[in-house]
Amino acid sequence: MIKALGYFIEIIKGGLITTRHFVVNMGFHVLKVLGIKTKRKGAVTIQYPEEKKEIAFRHRSLHRLLKREDGRPRCVSCLLCVTVCPSECIYVEATEDPDPEIQKVPAKFIIDMSRCCFCGFCVEACPEDAIRMDTGRIELAGTDRRDLVFDLDKLLR
Amino acid sequence: MDVVISVIKIILALAWFLILTLYLTWLERKESAVIQDRIGANRANIWKFRALGLFQPFADAVKMIFKEDFVPPFANRFLHTLAPFLSFFFVAITICAVPFGDTLRLGGREINLQILDMNAGLLFILAMLSLGIYGIILSGWASRNRFTLLGGIRGAAQLISYEVALGLSLIGIIMVFPSLRLQSIVQFQGENLLGFIPKWGVLLQPLGFVVFFFAALAETKRVPFDMPEGESEIIGFFTEYGGLKWGLFMMTDFMEIIIVSALLTTLFFGGWQVPWLAADGFHWPWGGQWDLPHGVVVLLQLLAFNVKIVFFCWLQILIRWTYPRFRYDQVMDLGWKVLIPLSLLNIVGTGIAIGLLK
Repeated sequence: MIKALGYFIEIIKGGLITTRHFVVNMGFHVLKVLGIKTKRKGAVTIQYPEEKKEIAFRHRSLHRLLKREDGRPRCVSCLLCVTVCPSECIYVEATEDPDPEIQKVPAKFIIDMSRCCFCGFCVEACPEDAIRMDTGRIELAGTDRRDLVFDLDKLLR
Repeated sequence: MDVVISVIKIILALAWFLILTLYLTWLERKESAVIQDRIGANRANIWKFRALGLFQPFADAVKMIFKEDFVPPFANRFLHTLAPFLSFFFVAITICAVPFGDTLRLGGREINLQILDMNAGLLFILAMLSLGIYGIILSGWASRNRFTLLGGIRGAAQLISYEVALGLSLIGIIMVFPSLRLQSIVQFQGENLLGFIPKWGVLLQPLGFVVFFFAALAETKRVPFDMPEGESEIIGFFTEYGGLKWGLFMMTDFMEIIIVSALLTTLFFGGWQVPWLAADGFHWPWGGQWDLPHGVVVLLQLLAFNVKIVFFCWLQILIRWTYPRFRYDQVMDLGWKVLIPLSLLNIVGTGIAIGLLK
């Protein structure tokens, strides 16, 4: 009997917790409707398309290829990124560069975004710091697979 | 003329019932969201006009209407179609015994704000709520699926066990307010105890109220007592339903919440009674009187009834989003070993108290 009473008290306590959440959150919602600004909000929701969370500094987003001062890609087609890529989504075709200091430049540099897993190994592997994942673009969804294949022109921007 | 008034009353009451049901789905989503620090459904809009997601029930309705009306090839087609309508009908018909307000005098006529003023209104509501089990059993049987059958059997077992406690807990109320007519029960609650406390059922029958509340919660078959549905184990009696037929089962659930709230207010919280409000205005317990015209009094009574109902709907949704579900044997234990002895104790106690006070 005492045990049952204890259960009953705990049940009431649980109900009071949810009631408190309801009353407190409802209070903040009402204050917002009335136009009074409060530090805390009634809900922790971020309403995504309208309101976006700030992307962290280290966040890995869409790749970009860096340029030299004269506008040509820094990439020297060493194929390290192609080797390290676990989802095998990078394809590089090298060609000869007139500058003997550089020797190789990519003729094609293609990343298939539909396969990329955003592990960032290509960035780690690159000896020339030619590829980075810091564009902050995370909305990459498309309706056509061909739109998700990014080539040199798209990546150099 | 009486027929016209009856038809108007039926239409208004059904409209009230269905609109409240629709918006109970909205309340359920929003309230659960607010409890869990979320926002809830707010995207349904008409020309970018969102209005707190108030159009959500209509979006849901349109979605359900345009879904495919699928009957599994192995199901019993006739019974499978009949079941949701049966369970919807038996809940929807209970509205005719609910007293919304006192008599309204309009153009020399006295209109009783209740569709059908039955002498056994209380029994009628209980009987119709019990008949709703047939919809569940039929849907479980006609789907010809083991899990739905399990759900149907569980539903039958649970509702029958709690029906006993539900009926027995109300005997105390019938002893205190000696009538089965809901309108008279409400009128009795307009009197005052010791001159200033409203004589509501919950003050005279606290134990009866607790037992009735638990039994009624079990009767709505929602989460703490969701044996027939059992989302986490057997999916339940409406597994093989989709679209509007499934929607009818869901609406039945919400309508049961409203009917249970209506019963709770009518029997234990004074129905349409506002404390100290008589037919001619407020009679304050500390002396003095505030006269009000007839129309305002009726409006206040209707408002009080609605506020009480919405409060109890809120409370039931809060309970649904607070507590985890019972195990099957725990539900049966609570019904047979706790609620029924308590309701019997309540009957004995009430009898002794009435005998001593007379």
